[in-house]
Amino acid sequence: MTRDPIGLALSIMNRISGNPLLDRLGLRSPLERTAYQGTRTGFRTIALAGREFKRVRNWLPRKRLPPGAPGDLFDLSLDDDQQMIVDSLKRLARDVLRPAAQEADEQGRLPEAVKHEAAALGLPMYAVPSEFGGVAEQQSPVTSVLIAEQLAWGDMALAIRLLVPFSVAQAISCWGNGEQQSRYLPAFCEDTPPVASLAIDEPTPLFDPMQPSTTATETDQGYRINGEKSFVIAGAECELLLVSAALNGTPRVFIIETAGLNLAIADTPGMGLRAAEATSVRFDNLDVPADALLGDDDFCFQAFIDRAALMRCGLAIGTAQAVLDYVIPYCNDRQAFGEPISHRQSVAFMISNMAIETDSMRMLTWRAASRAETGRSFHRESCLARLLCNEKSMEIGTNGVQLLGGHGFVKEHPVERWYRDLRSTATHHGGVHA
Amino acid sequence: MNLDIPGKFAPIVHQAQQVAREVFRPISRHYDRAEHAYPKELDMFASIMDGMNDGAADGGAGAGRLARSAGDTGTGNQNGTNMKTVLGLTELCWGDVGLALSIPRQGLGNSAIAAVANEQQLQRFGKTWAAMAITEPGVGSDSAAIRTTATKDGDHYIINGEKIYVTAGERANAVVVWATLDTSQGRAAIKSFVVEKGTPGMTVERLEKKLGIRASDTAAIRFHNCRVPKENLLGDPEISVDKGFAGAMQTFDNTRPVVAGMAIGVARAALERTQEILKTAGLDLAYQQQSWTTTAAVRELHLLEAELEAARLLTLRAAWMADNGQPNSKEASMAKAKAGRVGNQITLRCVELCASLGYQETELLEKWARDSKILDIFEGTQQIQLLIIARRLLGKSSSELK
Repeated sequence: MTRDPIGLALSIMNRISGNPLLDRLGLRSPLERTAYQGTRTGFRTIALAGREFKRVRNWLPRKRLPPGAPGDLFDLSLDDDQQMIVDSLKRLARDVLRPAAQEADEQGRLPEAVKHEAAALGLPMYAVPSEFGGVAEQQSPVTSVLIAEQLAWGDMALAIRLLVPFSVAQAISCWGNGEQQSRYLPAFCEDTPPVASLAIDEPTPLFDPMQPSTTATETDQGYRINGEKSFVIAGAECELLLVSAALNGTPRVFIIETAGLNLAIADTPGMGLRAAEATSVRFDNLDVPADALLGDDDFCFQAFIDRAALMRCGLAIGTAQAVLDYVIPYCNDRQAFGEPISHRQSVAFMISNMAIETDSMRMLTWRAASRAETGRSFHRESCLARLLCNEKSMEIGTNGVQLLGGHGFVKEHPVERWYRDLRSTATHHGGVHA
Repeated sequence: MNLDIPGKFAPIVHQAQQVAREVFRPISRHYDRAEHAYPKELDMFASIMDGMNDGAADGGAGAGRLARSAGDTGTGNQNGTNMKTVLGLTELCWGDVGLALSIPRQGLGNSAIAAVANEQQLQRFGKTWAAMAITEPGVGSDSAAIRTTATKDGDHYIINGEKIYVTAGERANAVVVWATLDTSQGRAAIKSFVVEKGTPGMTVERLEKKLGIRASDTAAIRFHNCRVPKENLLGDPEISVDKGFAGAMQTFDNTRPVVAGMAIGVARAALERTQEILKTAGLDLAYQQQSWTTTAAVRELHLLEAELEAARLLTLRAAWMADNGQPNSKEASMAKAKAGRVGNQITLRCVELCASLGYQETELLEKWARDSKILDIFEGTQQIQLLIIARRLLGKSSSELK
C-alpha cells in the first residue's frame, strides 16, 4: 500500500517517539520508559559463561532405559510412584507456582523463590538412568506428561521454564550415545543442574519441525551451523543447547555447549508464556565438534518431535484444567438477574463442554504416552492427540475468558493469562521433551 | 496405565466384526429401503449370540448382562461386561445400527430388567426380548412428567396411556413400560412394568417412518385398561422419594456408554470408507505434527479421527468405571454427549468430503449420515447429557439448573 501524507506524518511521529534522544534529554516519563524497555527487541551478541562439560575418558556404554511392561487390561489408574509425583507437584503448583504466576508474567522472569522451591524436587533426576546418578529405571513418558499437566495447572510459563532442564535430560537419556550420556547426564543430578534448552522452533509461518531451515554442514573438525531458532527458553543463560538442523537434508539434533561462545541472542517475549524467558538465537557459521551430533544409529527425529508433542499436550491439559476449575466457582458465585449465572444453560453447557474436551485431550494424550512408554508405536496417537489439543485447548481458553465476561479480560483474574498461554499449544514444537 | 483394548476381548471384537461384515453389511441397504420388513436373518444370529453368552465364563456380554458384573468378579482392576458390551456393539454398529438394534433379546428393556429386577423376575423375564417404552406424545426428555398410569387393583396393575418411539416395540416379546402410580407425586411414583406381548389392552397402533435406522421398528403402543400381575412391577412397589426414579435412571449409567459405542461404530465405518476413497483419489494421509501443510481434506480427516478417538476413549473410561463399581453418571453422560455429537459430525462430513459419491445410494455413506442422528437423541439427547454433566460439575439440583 502506498503511503499518503497522513500515513507519512504518523510514521515520522512514531519514529521520533521511539528515538533514544528523548531519553537522554529526559523527555520521557519514567512509566513510558519502562514500557519502552520491556518491548525492546533485536539481537545482541552475548558472551555466554556457562560451565564446562568435561570429556569423559572412561565413558559408560550407551544406556537405553527399558520400556515399561504393558499391562493387558485397560487401566486408567496411576501407579504408586506416579501418584506420589502427581501429589507433590500438585502441591507445588497450588502453593508456589499459582501464587507467583501473575508477577512472573509481568516481570517476564522465573522468580528466584520458585526456582529454589522447584529445585528441591530434583525433577531432572527422574529423567536420568541410575548409572549416571539419576533415579529413572524405565521409560516414563506417562510420568512426564503427568508432571507437565500438574505444573501447567499452576502456570504454563513457569512449568515450561522449570521443565526445560528435565526435557534436555530426557532427550539425552533417550537418544544420546554413551559418551554424550556420560559427559552430560551426571550434571543434571547435581544440586544446580545446568541451564539447558531445546531449540527447535523457527520464526517462519507454517513451521514444520521436520524441515528446519537451520543447516549443519560437515567440516573437517565437525559441523558448521547456520540459522535462527525461536522460543529458546532462557537462551541468554543457557549452558547447553539442543539445536535441530538439517544435515544433508535430514533433520538432526546437535548438542551445543555455550561456555565461551559469543551468540547473537534476542529477547522475544510473546503473547503469553512470558515467565518462560523465551529468546531467539542466531547461529552464524558456528563450528561444533563432531561429537556434538546427538545420538547413534537408533536416533529417530520423528520420535524426538513426537515426544515433544506429548509434553506440549500435557501442558495444554494442565492449563485447560485450571480454566475449568476456575470458572466453576466463579459462575456459581457470580449473580445476574437474581441468581447465579451457572443456573443458565447457556453458561452451564459451556462448562460441560470444557470438561468433556479437557478429558478428551487427556485420554488421547495418555494413550499416546502409555504406548510410547511400553515401546509400542505412538506416532499416529501423538499426532492425533496434538491436533485435538491444538483445537480444544484454545477453545477452552477463549471460553474461559468469555464466561468471566469483563472480569475475564482484566488481570484481576488469571484467565486472560491462560488465554494467552493456551494459544501456544498449536504454535510451538520445541522447549519440552517427554 | 493402559488405554488399549485388552487382548482377552479380541475374540469377541473379532466375532462381532465378522457378524457386521458378513451378516449386516450385505443386507444393510436392503432393509434401509424395505422399512418395516422383518430382518429374518437376525433370528439365526441371535441364537448364536445367546449361545456365546451362556457359554462365556465371565458372564457374557449384551444388554441383558449390563450392571450385573460390577463388584462381583474379584478384586483389582476389572475389564468386564460393560466394556465388552460396548466393544461388541461398536463393531455391530460398524455394520449397521438399525440391524444391531433389532437383534432379539438385546433391547434396552433387557438392560432395565437386568438392572432392577429381583431374582424371581430375572428367572421369568431374563430370556425375554424386552423393548423399552418411556416416551409419550407429549413427553420426551422430561421423563418424570409421563402421563401413563398404573392403578393397583387387587393382585394386578391396570395400565392406561400411550407410548411412542418404542424401539423393537412390535417385534419384542415384552415391553417395559414406565407408568406412574400417582400423577400428583412426580418422579417418586414412576415405576416400570413388564407387559408381555399379547396382553389384552396393549395394541401396537403404528410403526414410524424414519430418517434413519429404518431396519429397526419404532412402534407407537396404546394401553387401554391393560391388566398385568403385580409381580411384573420391576423393583420396589412403594412410592419412595429417595429411591424409585433414581433407580430407574441408573439403568442409563450403564446403557449410555453402549449407545455411545454405537455412535462410534457407525462413525468409524464412515471414516474408514472415506479414508479409502480419498486414498484411492491420490491423497496422502500420513500423520504429521504440523497439520497445516497438508490439504484441508486431510487435516479434516485427521481431526475427525482425533474426535472419534476421544469419543471412543471417553466411552471406554465410562464402561471401565462401571466394571470397577465406580459411580460413573457424569462420565457416562460425557461419553454419550461426545460420541453422539462427533458421530453425527463425522458421518455428515464424510458425505461432504466424498461429494456426490457420498450423497448417492451407491455408497452407504449417506445412510450412515442418516442413521447417526438418532444416536445423539435417544438414550438422552445431547442437551440432556450436557445438563447432567453441568449439574454434577456445578453441584446444582434439577430445580436450580433447569
